[in-house]
Amino acid sequence: MNNFQYARATDVADAIRLLAADPGAKLIAGGTNLIDLMKENVERPTRLIDISRLPLRKVEETPDGSLRIGALVPNSDLAYHPLIEQRYPLLASAILAGASAQLRNMASVGGNLMQRTRCAYFYDTATPCNKRHPGSGCSAMDGLNRNHAILGTSAACIATNPSDMSVALAALDALVHIAGPSGERTIALTDFHRLPGDKPHVDTNLGTGEIITAIELPPRGFAQNYSYLKIRDRMSYAFALVSVAAALELEGNAIGGARVALGGVAHKPWRSLEAEAALRGQAATPDHFSHAADLLLQGATTRSHNGFKVELARRAIVRTLTQAANATPQSQAHKKIA
Amino acid sequence: MNAYVGTPTSRVDGRAKVTGAAKYAGEFPADRLLHGFVVEATISCGRIVRLDTNTAQQVKGVLDVLTHANRPPLADKDEAWKDEVAPDGSPFRPLYDDTIRFNGQPIALVVAEDWETAKFAATLVRVEYEQHGFATDLEGERSNAAEKDKPHKPRGDAAAALAGADVRHEADYVIPTEHHNPMELYATTAVWDDNGKLTIYDKTQGVQNVHKFLCGVFDKKPDDIRVASPYVGGAFGSGLRPQYQVVLATLGALALKRSVRVVLTRQQMYGLGYRPMTIERVGLGAKSDGTLDAITHEAIAVTSRYEDFARNDTGWAEQLYKSPNSRFSHKLVHLDVSTPCDMRAPGAASGVCALECAMDELAVALKLDPIELRLKCYSDHDQSENLPYTSKQLRECYARGADAFGWSRRNPAPRSMRDGKDLVGWGMATGVWEALQMPVAVRIVLTSNGHAEVSCAASDIGTGTYTIVAQVAADALGLPIENISVRLADSSLPQAPVEGGSWMAASSAHAVLAAAEEVRKELLGLAGKIPGSPLAGAKLADTVLIDGSIAGASDTSRAVSIADAMRHGGVERIEKEKLNQFDEDKKHARNTHSAVFAEVKVDEELGVIRVTRVVSAVAAGRILNTKTGRSQIMGSVVWGIGMALHEETVMDHRFGRIMNANIAEYHIPVNADVHDIDVIFVDEPDNRINKLGIKGLGEIGIVGVPAAIANAVYHATGKRIRRFPITLDKLLD
Ligand SMILES: Cc1cc2nc3c(=O)[nH]c(=O)nc-3n(C[C@H](O)[C@H](O)[C@H](O)COP(=O)(O)OP(=O)(O)OC[C@H]3O[C@@H](n4cnc5c(N)ncnc54)[C@H](O)[C@@H]3O)c2cc1C
Ligand code: SF4
Repeated sequence: MNNFQYARATDVADAIRLLAADPGAKLIAGGTNLIDLMKENVERPTRLIDISRLPLRKVEETPDGSLRIGALVPNSDLAYHPLIEQRYPLLASAILAGASAQLRNMASVGGNLMQRTRCAYFYDTATPCNKRHPGSGCSAMDGLNRNHAILGTSAACIATNPSDMSVALAALDALVHIAGPSGERTIALTDFHRLPGDKPHVDTNLGTGEIITAIELPPRGFAQNYSYLKIRDRMSYAFALVSVAAALELEGNAIGGARVALGGVAHKPWRSLEAEAALRGQAATPDHFSHAADLLLQGATTRSHNGFKVELARRAIVRTLTQAANATPQSQAHKKIA
Repeated sequence: MNAYVGTPTSRVDGRAKVTGAAKYAGEFPADRLLHGFVVEATISCGRIVRLDTNTAQQVKGVLDVLTHANRPPLADKDEAWKDEVAPDGSPFRPLYDDTIRFNGQPIALVVAEDWETAKFAATLVRVEYEQHGFATDLEGERSNAAEKDKPHKPRGDAAAALAGADVRHEADYVIPTEHHNPMELYATTAVWDDNGKLTIYDKTQGVQNVHKFLCGVFDKKPDDIRVASPYVGGAFGSGLRPQYQVVLATLGALALKRSVRVVLTRQQMYGLGYRPMTIERVGLGAKSDGTLDAITHEAIAVTSRYEDFARNDTGWAEQLYKSPNSRFSHKLVHLDVSTPCDMRAPGAASGVCALECAMDELAVALKLDPIELRLKCYSDHDQSENLPYTSKQLRECYARGADAFGWSRRNPAPRSMRDGKDLVGWGMATGVWEALQMPVAVRIVLTSNGHAEVSCAASDIGTGTYTIVAQVAADALGLPIENISVRLADSSLPQAPVEGGSWMAASSAHAVLAAAEEVRKELLGLAGKIPGSPLAGAKLADTVLIDGSIAGASDTSRAVSIADAMRHGGVERIEKEKLNQFDEDKKHARNTHSAVFAEVKVDEELGVIRVTRVVSAVAAGRILNTKTGRSQIMGSVVWGIGMALHEETVMDHRFGRIMNANIAEYHIPVNADVHDIDVIFVDEPDNRINKLGIKGLGEIGIVGVPAAIANAVYHATGKRIRRFPITLDKLLD
C-alpha cells in the first residue's frame, strides 16, 4: 500500500473540486473494493476523497413514479428497503446474492457500480495485465480463464464485471445520475459499463472528475414475475460463474414484456434486445426461453477453461425465466436452487 | 475416577477465547515494539542480482531493511535448520543468500515503527533478478517422478494378478494442492529484554521444536530464548515446522535489539506449507465374487527441489483390505516450489480418497453393494505387517452408519433417485488413520487448598487439549474441574513433541495419569503417617484420589482428605513431574477407523452440487470428551466437503505463481454449503493400546469424506469425476 493524502468532501461540488485538483485522487465510499486493491498495490491513489458522509443516502419516489436512490445508500439498506422489496424485488434479490452480509453493510450503490474485475491477474502486479498496465498483455487469454468472459470480449481483455446488483439494474433499465465539472448528466445503466475493446483499463463511461450521485429506477418493476439466479462454485459468498436477472410481464401465459440480463459472462451486464423482442407475444414455455437464450448467447467465444459457461448460461437462462414465469423466484436465503 | 472423562465437558478455555482474553502470537504487547513486513520474490527460480533498499530505508519510521546481504549471522549447517519434523533434505533458510527457490520466497524484511509504514516501504524495495528456467507443474513433469524410498516389498505378483483378474479397475485420481488457511495469520512477536534474552510468542504447534530450532539457527543457549504459544487459532499441520516469520522476527530483534513483530498477510501464507498435489494411481483386481486379488497404488506427489516431503499415501491401501497380491510405491517430483507440509490427515486424506473412489468403481463393476465389497475384503489384521489390531470396530461403523443413514433404501442404479429437479446420490467410504502416542511429561503442583496446576509444553491448536488435560487431571486427582488450572505451550514447561498426528490426546492424558500417580504416592506417604490413619499400610495400587481425598480403591470410606494429609505432613504443596513413555508393542497395529455416508443432491441441468447429509461413524477408542470430540469430527466433515467440492490452490505454471492466494477466491465451504452432519462414536473398548484406551480424533474425521461425496456424485449423476475438486463445470456435458 502506498502513502496517500486524505480529504473528506463537504458536498458533491467539493468532491468534484477535489477530484479536479489531483489527477491521482480517488473517491472512497464503503472502501470494500478500493482498499483491497490498494493493499495489493493495484490502485495507488495519491489522495482519497472520502464521500461516505455526503447526503446521498435517500431513497425517494419521484413525481413520475420512478425511484431515485442516492449513490451512498448501503447495499443492505437498499435490499431491505420496503419500496425495493415491494416494487423491485429483482434488485433486492440480486443484491442479496452478492458478497456477504458484512460487505453489503459497507458497500455503497456507487461503489458497487464501480467495482473492478476479479480477474486474478488484474490483482497480481507481478503478472502482465492490460487492464492494470495498458499494453503489458493479457495473461488470462492463454492462462487461467475459467471465470472469464464469453461475450463482448476483445483481443486485449476477457475480464468480467463481477457485480450482481448491476445485472438487475440493467434488466430494470435503470439510469445513472452523474455530476461533474461540466454539470450533471444521466446515462442508461446499460451504457454505463463499457466493453473492453482496445481500452480495457477504462471500465465505464464515467468521465474524469465525475461522480455518481444517484441511480434511478423507472416505474416498471416487474414485481410479479422475476427471478435472479446466480450460479457459483459454492452456495454463497462467491462471484458468479453465470448469473441471470429475468423479468416478465405476463398476460395469461403470453409474454407481454421481457427483460433478461446476464452476469459473469461479459465486461458489462449483458442484454440482448433481440432476445427480449423474440419473447414478446410468445407463450412462456421452455422452448421460447431456450430460443431467447440462443439469441442472448449469439457470438459467444470461449477460451481454454471457460467453454462450459455457454451451456451453463443457456440452461440458467431457461431456468430463471421459468422461475419468473411461475412466480417462484429464486430465494437468496435458502441453501438450494429452486 | 471417571467423573469427567467421557462426558461432554465444555472447553475450559472457551470463555477466554470468545471474550478476547486469550492472547495469540501476534497480540502480545511489548515496549517499543517494531513491526516487520516481508518482501517476497516474484520469480520462481534464479538469483537476486541487485536488491536496492535505499528508498525504503529513507521512509520516515523505517529502522532497517534486512536482506541476505546485511542480516545478523545465521547457522550455515543444515543440521541447525532441521527441526523435529523436517523431511530429508536441506531446509529453506530465509534471507540466507541470493538464491531464489520459489515464488513468494521472503527476500527482505522491512522493519519500521508501525506496520503500515513497513508495508508501504516494502513496496519501494527494488529487485533485479537473474531468472533461471523453472517447472511447477506436476502433471507436466510426471515423467520425472522418482521413487522416494525403496518401495515396500510387494506381496505376490500384483501386475499379473491385476492383468488376470475377473474384474479390474485402474485409474488416476488427482488431488490438487490445498492450503490450510487457519483463521489466525502466521505471526511471531519476538520480545527483547534488556539482558538480550528473547521471549518468542509464535503461532506454532510445538514450542519446544521452535525453541530448539531457534537456538540452533541463531547459535543461542537454551536459556537465551523462551518460546510460548498459549493459544493457536487453528494450524492443521501448518504450524508443525517453524514458519519462516519466526526466523525473521528473531532476526529483526537481534539486529535492532528491540522487540519485533512479524505478521504475514493471508496472501503471504500461501508461500509456506501446503498439502501437495498428488496423482494417485490405484489398481484393483477382483474375483467375480468380490474378493480382491490385487491392489496397486502408486502416488506421485509434489515436493520442492530442496526437501523430500513425502507422506503415507499408499500404506492405507496396503493395510486395509485383504488381497494376496499388492504393490505400492510413492514417487516424488521435485519442482520449483516451497516444500509441502502436513495438512490434516496428511497422506490419508489424499490416498484414501483415491482408494475409496476406486473401491466404489470396483463395486459398480462387480454389481456389488459398496459396503458388501468392503466386508468381503475386510481384514482383522493389518495386511501390510500381518498384525492384529489392538481394536478395530470398523464392521460396527459400517453397520451403525448404514443404519443411521438408511443405506438399505438405496437403489444402486446411478441416476435412479430423484428429488424434484435434483438427482439424489448416496455414497460411502471407509476412513482410517493411525493411533499414535508419544512421550510427554507433565508437572502437577497440588496445593493444600485442593487446587492443582497442571503444566506441559504441549500446544492446544484448538483441538481441546486444555480441556482434556483438565478432565483427566480432575479425575486422576479426585478434584472438581474448576480446581484445575492448565498451563500449556511454553518451552520452559515439561517436555512435549509437536501437537500433530492425533497423538496428543492419548499422550498428554497418560502423562497426566503418570504425574498424578506420583502425587498420590506422596499423599499416601503423608496420609499413612497420620496416627490411626485408615490408610496405614495401604499399597499405592489399592488407593485412589476421589472427592478431595485419598481413599482405598475398594472401600472409599477409608479416606483421608488431601487437606488433612498435607497439613499433618506440614506440606503446603506437592510438585511432581513425570515423563510418560508408552510400552512398545510391536505385536499389534494401532488405528482408528470410520465409515462415512454422504447424500448429495445435484441439480440435473445446472450441475450445482449440495451435500445434504453426512453420517460419520467413528471407531476411535475411548472418546475423552464427547462434546469437543463431536466438534472435531463435524469440522473434519466440513473440511471433507471442501476437499470434495471446493478446495484447490490454483497456480499459473507460466509464472509459477499461485493465482488464488486469498480466501475470497480459494474456496472453502460456507454455511450455505453445510447441511446435516451426524456423528456417531462407535464403542471401541481397547485395553491394549494404553491404560485409558485413547486413540485420538484429530484427523480420522476428514479421511473418507471426499470419497464418500465423490461416490455419491457418481451415484446421483452417473459421472465419475476423478479430478478434485468436483466443480459443477465437470458435471456439465
Ligand atoms: C470478498 C468479497 C466478495 C464479494 N462478492 C461480491 C459478489 O458476490 N457480488 C458482488 O456484486 N459484489 C461482490 N463484492 C464486491 C462488493 O459488492 C463491492 O466491493 C462493493 O459494492 C463496492 O462498494 P464500496 O462502496 O465499498 O466501494 P469502494 O471500495 O469505496 O469504491 C469502489 C470504487 O468505486 C468508486 N466510487 C465509489 N463511489 C463512487 C461514486 N459515488 N461515484 C463514482 N465513483 C465512486 C471508488 O472511487 C472506487 O474506485 C465482493 C467484495 C469482496 C471484498
Ligand atoms: S482479462 Fe483483462 S483483467 Fe484479466 S489479465 Fe487480461 S487484460 Fe487483465
